[in-house]
Amino acid sequence: MLSVEQFLTLAAILFSIGLYGALTKRNIIIVLVSIELMLNAVNINLLTFARYGLMPAISGQVFTLFAMTIAAAEVAVGLAILIALYRNRNTSDVRDQDLMKW
Amino acid sequence: MFSGFELTGQSIAFFLISLFVIACGVLLLNLKKVIYSALAIGGVFIGVAAIYIMLEAEFLAFTQILVYAGAITIMLLFAIMLTRHDEIEMQTSITAHPVWSALGVIGLGGLILYVIKFSGIRWPEPLRESPFQGQDNVKMIGESLFSQYVIPFELVSVVLIVAVVGAITLANKEEN
Repeated sequence: MLSVEQFLTLAAILFSIGLYGALTKRNIIIVLVSIELMLNAVNINLLTFARYGLMPAISGQVFTLFAMTIAAAEVAVGLAILIALYRNRNTSDVRDQDLMKW
Repeated sequence: MFSGFELTGQSIAFFLISLFVIACGVLLLNLKKVIYSALAIGGVFIGVAAIYIMLEAEFLAFTQILVYAGAITIMLLFAIMLTRHDEIEMQTSITAHPVWSALGVIGLGGLILYVIKFSGIRWPEPLRESPFQGQDNVKMIGESLFSQYVIPFELVSVVLIVAVVGAITLANKEEN
């Protein structure tokens, strides 16, 4: 029988991998992908408590559905910004994206 | 590692899927070519969809495959192809930044794992039988979405249309 801890552990490991990628990778697309990985880890947690929590309910699944929708919107806008940046500056390296750096 | 661990088909499947997901995640960080990293993230998304099925969220699992493994991965591939994709992630010279990031991430992950396992929190005992037994998953989500959560549902549709219009505006080439 699977326990809550196992799912939470998997989500924590996935979240850590995503956070490390978002902090260290240089290609802006990989940074975006790492953020998606973190969102997926959070979704696993939500579904775990929707199924194995103290009060199992369908609300967790509905909330995950909303989170996925917002994530899809985020990727669409992020990639559009990436394309615009690439057109203007001809690079996809995060270290070169310092237009708004103070 | 886990107390009360039983070797059932479900737990074997869970560990294999977890291994696959984590391996794909590590590959995502280590592969040199960006295009291979995008394929690795597709593997992560499919593995997470399998985890969703184990959590009895069938509708979300298939949504995950459609939206993430289908749409988002292909969109990322398009973005990689439209930008400079032949560049190879350079082996960074040993600078302080990745080391501090790794230390911070290991610290945070260790803290989360400590809270999960050793802090003495009593997690709810898993129910032997499903709490949603005999009910249609899609039907339950639909009823919940269109009764209790109808206003958030409408707001999310507005957010989605604004995001799509904004994406088109941002990516559109200005004609002047």
